[in-house]
Order: sequence, then structure tokens, then C-alpha cells
Amino acid sequence: MYDTSDIRKGLKVLLDGNPFTVVEFQFIKPGKGAAFTRTKFKNLLTGAVIERNIRSGEKLEPANVEDRSMQYLYREGEDLVFMDEKSFEQVQVRADMIGDAAGLMKDNLPCQVLFFNERPVDVQLPTFVFLEVTASEPGVRGDTSGNVTKQATVETGATIAVPLFINIGDTVRIDTRTLEYVERINKK
Amino acid sequence: MSETPPGAGAGSGRVRGRVIARDGDDALVRTARGDVRVRHAGSVGPGDLVELDGPHEPLRRVRKYPRTEYPPRGSELARLGQARRGNLAARSRMMAALRELFAARDFIEVETPAWVRAPGLEVHLSAVAAGDGWLMTSPEYQMKRLLAGGMERIYQTCRCFRAGEDGPHHQREFTMLEWYRAWDDLEAIADDTQALVAHVAQAVNGKPTVRVGDRTIRVDEPWLRITVAEAMYDFAGVAVRGDESVAELAAVVRAAGIDLRGARHWDDVFFTAFVERVEPALAAIDRPVLLGDWPAPLGALARRKPHNPLVVERFEAYIGGIELANAFGELTDPVEQRSRFDDDLALRRDRGLPQYPVDEKLLAALAEGLPPCAGIALGVDRLAMLVLGAATIGDVNAFTTSEL
Repeated sequence: MYDTSDIRKGLKVLLDGNPFTVVEFQFIKPGKGAAFTRTKFKNLLTGAVIERNIRSGEKLEPANVEDRSMQYLYREGEDLVFMDEKSFEQVQVRADMIGDAAGLMKDNLPCQVLFFNERPVDVQLPTFVFLEVTASEPGVRGDTSGNVTKQATVETGATIAVPLFINIGDTVRIDTRTLEYVERINKK
Repeated sequence: MSETPPGAGAGSGRVRGRVIARDGDDALVRTARGDVRVRHAGSVGPGDLVELDGPHEPLRRVRKYPRTEYPPRGSELARLGQARRGNLAARSRMMAALRELFAARDFIEVETPAWVRAPGLEVHLSAVAAGDGWLMTSPEYQMKRLLAGGMERIYQTCRCFRAGEDGPHHQREFTMLEWYRAWDDLEAIADDTQALVAHVAQAVNGKPTVRVGDRTIRVDEPWLRITVAEAMYDFAGVAVRGDESVAELAAVVRAAGIDLRGARHWDDVFFTAFVERVEPALAAIDRPVLLGDWPAPLGALARRKPHNPLVVERFEAYIGGIELANAFGELTDPVEQRSRFDDDLALRRDRGLPQYPVDEKLLAALAEGLPPCAGIALGVDRLAMLVLGAATIGDVNAFTTSEL
């Protein structure tokens, strides 16, 4: 069990059965009363942030969570299969846990998989992935002013909006948080 | 002594170096030979390699240089910084204004020892041990003995020490201002408090306002007065009387939707609700607040109200959510004082906290006869934070604990 003196950024605790991590904390003490630690916790499953005033002397239960470096191997129906880079152990994660970014995952992509009570609960992709464009209409010359985009299909099968100058065979950098094109890495 | 800079070297006329800091139009450059010079800054910044091709001055002037815009990392100039130097100067003006007010009100400034044989017994204060005694958590016991000794209006600013208190509004060593009035009551102390804050704000800021975050709060108009019962009822939905059992209070607090998470003492139950609901509500009020009539279980050293023994003569001053001061109509009855000390020690035992000796000299002074009196403890660092709009106690101090 933790007490208030253990509270620090990144401490993982169990609140109401859910795993949380400390994102911010502050010592407060009302006149003549016990000290409290005003603490902001982020729910590791939903990302929601809550605030609690932990009274000095109160106990916090450690959360059994672990962040493991894993490689994405392949898709199997609704599941994605990952392999632990150290133990080579494989786990299956439901694709909807990752959302649309699952469409940007190429074989061997290194990811961080969060385990809660030995079960995978969240997958953190690298912020950027580099993918080759496999299909796209050629850009129409003369129509290059402003933010004009066209649709392009990348090697994983996902479709994203790219600038008109992008051609089939180009490699582009894509932000996995926004699913948006960032820049062209190399031209075919 | 030759005026030719040693690094210039006859003939070459050029010295190279790296900019370590700049101040307005001047740049401090450490030359390849290791000495420091000042040159016209132009567009150079720290880290740039430059040539001292124009007029430049040797180190003598640099040493005396008071301010730089980009002082080297890790230096005292960087640690303190321009804003904090300004705050320290303003704090010094504030202290001068503070003394003016007390002089105008016929107070005598006193000093009592920081090292004591018996520290405060308050359950939630932890004293710092020093040799065969402690450092004071507050000068109140000694100041009351001065009142018993015949002094009538006294004040002091002093360093107090409370172990384990470190946060944006707390530092284990901090500056306390306490003042006492014999033959006077809490109302006179409330008047002093409002006058003091308005006076120092006017002296430092040129207008009677303080700042909390991006808010400006006027302090010269009568402060809002709320009782604890009103605040707990209005802001937390909790009705507090002052004679209810812990179980009874806990039931009311839980019914208001507040999670007590194992609180089993009266004060813990109360303050869980207070911290959760009342403090944020007080913080939202754009006027200074005097929160008065505290329930008897939170009486500390305050006397019970003659016509309502469920509450004590005590107020706390809050400005923008910052708890600035705590005042008592002082308890002068030696028998009740001893029984409260016994209660404190019992609570300390129950919570597994260290036992401190009882200050028998204070109890003896009460037995000899302490005149009716009222007094207050005010956090000087927090007053400076309010007057200067500073976010943390470190911003208004020369050193924080972590900078030692």
C-alpha cells in the first residue's frame, strides 16, 4: 500500500477498481486540520482525469499495471497479435482498442502495450509511422493553391488525405494520434 | 596599468569567445583565454561564438554587474532571477509598511526565542526537534506569557518551523506575524487585519488591491463575514452544530455525497468536506472573507462564545482561496486550557503521533491571570504572495528549502 508521502508523478494506483496514474499533486493543509494531497489522476483505460484530495494517513492501493515493449505481428480477424520483444510471448488485442489508428499498423511496428492485472488494456503506437503510398489519383497541375488535398491509399490499406504532389511510391510520415499526413519522406 | 585587454594580443586585434549571458545591449563573453569581457550585444545570444572586434571591457566591470537577462545556468543570478529580485525588494517595502501600521496602532514589536522546551501541541502540527528541545511552530505560548506579564499590544514577525509542510503555499520554515491585544476582543483583531492588508497593499502596489492568479481583489472594503456553519451548509450541504458525535457528522457528510475514505476523527471528517467543497467555494469569492464561529471541537486555543458554547471565538481570513490568518478570542481559563492540552495529547496518542511536553509555564501564567485578550497568526509569505500576485511561496522568498 502507498501513503501520501509516496505520491509522485507516474505512480500507478487502483481507485474504485480502475488503474490510474498520478499526473499532478499538491500539498494542501487547512488551518488546524490534517494535511491533504490534492491529486490529479488519469484513468489508464479511458484517459479521463479526476481529482481527489488524499488525506495524510490514507492508503492507496498499487495498481498491477505494466508497460511492455511489443512488436505488432499480424491481424487475425478482429484481433491484432503482438509479440513481447524480450520474452517472445504473444498476445492478442482487440483491434477496436486501438481505433482507426489500427489501419496504420505495419508488420513489426514497435508499440507499448499496457497490461492491467496481466491483461492487455491499451496500446500506444509510435507517434509517427512511415508508409508508402500504393494508390492515388495523379494531382491536377494548376490546382495547387491553398490546402488542396486528395485521397491516397497507403501500404496498410488505410486511406488518408495527402497534398496533390504526392505520387504512388512516395513514403509519407503520418501522425498516429490524428491520422493525418505530416510530410513526404522520400519521393519515388 | 595598460588599458589594452590582455586577450587582444598585439597586432591581431581580435579575440574570440563564447557569449555566456546578455543584458540589454551588453553581452558577457568568456574568451578563449578564459577571461570574461563585455561587448556590445548586437544580435548575439548565450552560446554564440563571437569575436570581440569592437570596444569591450575587461572583467572588473563584469564582476560588479548586477543583472543579466540570460545569466548562466546554475548561477545565483539565474536561481534568483529578475522577477524574484523584484519580489524581494517589494517584500522589504511591505515589511516596512507593516511596521508602520503597528507603530501607528501603538503596538510594541517583541522577539521571543525560536528554540522552545515545549512546542505547540496541535494535533496536525509536527515540530522540528533541536537539541533537547524544539523549534517553535508558533510563538503563541511565549507571547501570551508576555501578556500575562503586563504587556498590552505586542506583535512579532518570526521564523516558525513545521516539519513535513512543503507545497506551493507551505514551507517547513516560514515567516509568521503574530499580534495580540490585551483587554480587547476579536473584533479589534479583525479591524487590525483588514487595515493591515489594505495598508501594505497600498504601500507596495499604490492601490489597495491584491492579486490571485489573474484576479485582482480589493481589500479596503469591509470583508465578507461567513460563519463556518453557513459555509458548510451553503457550500458543502453539511449541517454542523459543534456537539454532534463523529458518527453523526460522518452520516451528514456522506449524505451530502462526500466520500470519507476511512476518516474516523471528528476533525478529519469535517476537513474532508471542507477541503472538497468549502475551500474551492471560498476561492471563487472575489472578496476577502472572514470565516468565523468555528465549531467547539476545532476550538484549539480559542474561548467558547459566552452565549453559544457550541462555537468558539475564532476566525480565519481567506483571500482568493489562500488561507492568510487564524485569530482567536484567547482562552484564558487555565483549567479548560489544561483539559484541551490533555485532549490534544490523547488524540496524538490515538493517531500514533509523538507526544510533546505540556508548557507548564504557560499554564502557570494563565493561572496567575491572563487578561481577556485576542490574537492572530498571519502568514507573512502568503501576504507577500497576495500583494505581489505570486503563485508560490518560493517566489517571495530568498531561498526555498530545495535551494539550500
